[in-house]
Amino acid sequence: MSVVGSAPQNVPRFVTLGLIPLANLAAAFIISGLVVVIVGDDPLQALEVMLYGAFGSAESWGFTLYYATNFVFTGLAVAIAFHCGLFNIGGEGQAMLGGLGVGLVCLGFDDWPFVVVFPLAIVACALFGAAWAFVPGYLQAKRGSHVVITTIMFNFLASALMTYLLVEVLIAPGQQSPESREFAPGAWLPYMHDMLRAIGISMPETPLNLAFVVALAASVFVYYFVWRTRWGYEIRTVGQNETAAVYAGISPSKNIILAMAISGALAGFVGLNEIMGVQHRLILDFSGGYGFVGIAVALMGRNHPVGIALSALLFGALYQGGTELAFEMDKITREMVVVIQGFVILFAGALEHMFRPQLESLFTRRSNAAAPAGE
Amino acid sequence: MKRIVLAALAAAGMTMGASAFAADFTPAIVFDMGGKFDKSFNEAAYHGAEAFKKDSGVDYLEFEVTQASQREQAMMRMAKKGANIIVAMGFAQAGAVEKAAKEYPDTKFTIIDMVVDLPNVQSIVFKEHEGSFLVGMAAALASKTGKVGFVGGMDIPLIRKFAQGYVEGAKYANPDVEVFQNMTGTTPAAWNDPTKGGELARSQFDRGADVVYAAAGGTGIGVYQAAKDAGKLAIGVDSNQNYLHPGTMLTSMIKRVDVAVEEAFTSAKNGTWKPGIQVLGLAEGGVGWALDEYNEKLVTDDMKAKVEAAKADIIAGKIKVTDYMMQN
Amino acid sequence: MSLPALELRQINKWFGPVHANRDVSFRVDRGTIHGIIGENGAGKSTLMSIVYGYYQADGGTILVNDKPCPIETPEDAIDAGIGMVHQHFMLVDTFTVLENVILGVEGGPVLRSGMAAARKELDRLERDYALQVDIDSMVGDLPVGLRQRVEILKALYRGAEILILDEPTGVLTPQEADHLFRILANLKEQGKTVILITHKLREIMAITDNVTVMRQGAVVANVPTADTTREKLAELMVGRSVLLRVEKKPVTPGEVVLSVRGLKVTDGAGVHRVKDVSFDVRAGEIVGIAGVSGNGQSELLEALAGMRPISGGEIVYKGKSIAASGKIGSPRDLRRIGMAHVPEDRHRAGLVLSFSANECTILGYHDDVAYNGGLFLDNKAMVRECARQEEAYDVRPQNPMLSASGFSGGNQQKLVLAREMERDPDLLLVGQPTRGVDIGAIEFIHRRLIEMRDAGKAVLLVSVELDEIMSLSDRIIVMFDGGIVGEVDQVGAEEATIGLMMAGERVAA
Repeated sequence: MSVVGSAPQNVPRFVTLGLIPLANLAAAFIISGLVVVIVGDDPLQALEVMLYGAFGSAESWGFTLYYATNFVFTGLAVAIAFHCGLFNIGGEGQAMLGGLGVGLVCLGFDDWPFVVVFPLAIVACALFGAAWAFVPGYLQAKRGSHVVITTIMFNFLASALMTYLLVEVLIAPGQQSPESREFAPGAWLPYMHDMLRAIGISMPETPLNLAFVVALAASVFVYYFVWRTRWGYEIRTVGQNETAAVYAGISPSKNIILAMAISGALAGFVGLNEIMGVQHRLILDFSGGYGFVGIAVALMGRNHPVGIALSALLFGALYQGGTELAFEMDKITREMVVVIQGFVILFAGALEHMFRPQLESLFTRRSNAAAPAGE
Repeated sequence: MKRIVLAALAAAGMTMGASAFAADFTPAIVFDMGGKFDKSFNEAAYHGAEAFKKDSGVDYLEFEVTQASQREQAMMRMAKKGANIIVAMGFAQAGAVEKAAKEYPDTKFTIIDMVVDLPNVQSIVFKEHEGSFLVGMAAALASKTGKVGFVGGMDIPLIRKFAQGYVEGAKYANPDVEVFQNMTGTTPAAWNDPTKGGELARSQFDRGADVVYAAAGGTGIGVYQAAKDAGKLAIGVDSNQNYLHPGTMLTSMIKRVDVAVEEAFTSAKNGTWKPGIQVLGLAEGGVGWALDEYNEKLVTDDMKAKVEAAKADIIAGKIKVTDYMMQN
Repeated sequence: MSLPALELRQINKWFGPVHANRDVSFRVDRGTIHGIIGENGAGKSTLMSIVYGYYQADGGTILVNDKPCPIETPEDAIDAGIGMVHQHFMLVDTFTVLENVILGVEGGPVLRSGMAAARKELDRLERDYALQVDIDSMVGDLPVGLRQRVEILKALYRGAEILILDEPTGVLTPQEADHLFRILANLKEQGKTVILITHKLREIMAITDNVTVMRQGAVVANVPTADTTREKLAELMVGRSVLLRVEKKPVTPGEVVLSVRGLKVTDGAGVHRVKDVSFDVRAGEIVGIAGVSGNGQSELLEALAGMRPISGGEIVYKGKSIAASGKIGSPRDLRRIGMAHVPEDRHRAGLVLSFSANECTILGYHDDVAYNGGLFLDNKAMVRECARQEEAYDVRPQNPMLSASGFSGGNQQKLVLAREMERDPDLLLVGQPTRGVDIGAIEFIHRRLIEMRDAGKAVLLVSVELDEIMSLSDRIIVMFDGGIVGEVDQVGAEEATIGLMMAGERVAA
């Protein structure tokens, strides 16, 4: 019955794309507010601190966008795998390996000019991240090992590998912390405030750096690749209907491997932002859960680069605003911040269909009344 | 409201200069990923800060890090808010301290467990190997099987430093002793995995060990529980953990992080704070082994005499305990 | 006899701007089999969903046993004695028949007593209505025909007096369908009322007492079956006169285009699906492969199209070997050398339902230079070609941007046919070209296939609809259990002979 399926198509776009996400977000904030009340603080003040902390000044924008940069990379990574019907949970490990690639380039060539080091670093983090996702992709394509399981395992392997390398091999001599030496400043990604100063705009110092521009470029790349090239077309076909892909002469295994490799490369760019942009040395745990949050980012952003950019901004704001909350309000601990972030993920992601039927029927009925004799 | 206050503060800071804040003293502390209630390293620091607050009546700023990049953000933030002294907990904060200290040369920084060589940074490190040597001796002396165990947290140089001191101490007390060593993992999760800690302890018991030393943060809880369940002995770490299971906690290797934090705050307040490296070992009372009412029945006089003698010898320089970090 | 079991008065239903049911009124007499016929999208299923409480009518009254009966949920419908057998079965594969039947009416938290009572009741139902099923076997292990019986049992167990069956024969073999009809006749004899929704004229003529014809949401006729004919019904359904038999010129076969020699196909589980099959298809002829579904035709077609590895034999296309043991040509390469394939199942293989029509137009041809401008796909060219094909094949709505799932079954099938036939292939492999397609579109599709043949192309047709095979094919190959049972010329082919062959009997034709 096609009439049944066609019902949602009559819902105005602003409802699906604007109103429903906003309703979900509002619900998340209301529940979080209740929790804030329970622990004995003022929820409105908390909201204000959070919003002001995330968007209230040039500095907070800088931090928000810096966090958002990581989420754009991991969100895109999850999305492209998803378009091929794969659930890449290994963004964390791929980010670590991407960072390793960047770190090795910076450690090896930081006395070279930046124009050489920068492209090298980009290639290295993409290659390392891609390689780490290639293996689960290959195993899925050729051996049928489920990519969810293998990517999770590869997160642990990445973590173990990084610890080994930093504890035993790359550790700076005469130092007890498992970190490499600091790169020479020539191999640092320029900070946004430095770049803006060069053109006469002053901005407070924040970790926001050139990787943000790379993230925007990656979003554009993903859009064109997925929707406008025949390779993206093949990936989407495999993801939507594998039998149809076989029918069309599209090799599912080849595309599974390709999609995973691109996904891993995108996740690897977190290393570019963190290692080359902010830490300027190879450290442990710089991936900080961005790979996992990327799943929620992609889910909220409906696997579309524009949506991902917006939801990455939201998550960046949650992280930065959450940090401010922990600073400013005594009763709100970092665990509370995680709870609030969790509510947003829960409502915007997992419960995304909660308000959908009501809102949609509300607006469908209205459009009925407006155009009763549509046929 | 907060925003207005903040803006006013910022404005005041700009017009009157940094000296305007000298009048009121604001200490700050940045805990690391474990969180301030980790029953171990960070919690000890928390107790130190609380003790300072109680004695002086001065409140302090605090922040618990959840992301690597937040370390720097937190320190910059506190320095900007006018904190006079910022205590950074743990080796992982070294990079952030280095940057923040360069950015804010008038702010005092104290980092625990790591050395940062800058004119406004005080570095406090402990000779964990010395304390571990003592508890290693105690373990070997208390063991009936001649086999003792070590459960580490995350496999990093600092924990190997604990392990090496422990092994040397055990061998010093009993050259034939066999020491089993296990690390819980290679990720930070290894600091908080009591289940795995318990499993590792049990496997060491199965191989014949009857005393086990845990240097593993929250993971240690599982180790101590396993020892209690199996009727074996366990040794605590960082704080005095003897009270956890009286009767099976042989002793604890204490590392006076609380004292160090309180001292840093107090000295900064009194104007006696000095930059540079402070190495706190047995001689300085920075590390030691815990003797209290909970373990007095387990520690024999003979054991106590031998350990105390070794302690005196270490302080006197007659016994040299290898520092794992100095080898590299 | 003529007491109404169910009566509908002025039922109206809107879906957004779509008027799915308009002023639908008719009555169903107790103890009869009542057919409701109409093209896909005529509103039959919507109407029955209203009767069964899935949807609420926007206006109108439902009367059961002459009393107004508001039905708001399926529970209300069951209470009113209405049972429904869905087109797609609502069964739990990993439960036994018994467990499925009592699902939802377990009779208390402890299963044991309810189970025992249900067992007894089921025995009685099976006896009374000749509905034999092993009630302890797993539903997932049962063939489709038996699963349908479980659905009927389920409805009867809930006390149904009026039984609605939605397109019940869509998934059945002819034999299974015949068996179903015997069961329905039996139910009627026992005083039950049966409502049969279908778009197959043959079924209406075979078993119904009265028939209601629907078109575009409205009732266009309400007649005793005995007073009408297939042709009349078809005309009512479509709204114009329809040619049920295909007119075609005598065959003039040319040279051999496709030659299959000793082909063997094994599936993933190691079962031999195609066993040593050999035949030729010549230019300018349609070769039909008949057989009951599941006798290796699907696997044969997929192997020929390069979708499935072969385990033995050889496939020769225009004198060139394209597949020998162990290796196959990729579907991509086969398209390049002039083969085209309309797959049996458009949802599973022929289309990507979430893609727009123009994206579906390039499926399999997405590498073609016509659709690629350097790095990027040429969207304009895709939309242009899609619009052209939609126009040529009368696809409605004519919208290249609409997602494939937004088209009705017949229009989806036309999209696939347009894509494959507009390439002007030398060999066309077609599977079930009219499955789930309404009569108007069937006529169109059949004409196109004949036109291809007349243009000197080779066509291999696989279909389980014997009518279709008989009316289109020049030669008919009958498959049974993976092998070829026999071959008949269309001229002089008798349905009975082919029917016997389909059952595995070797008959000299």
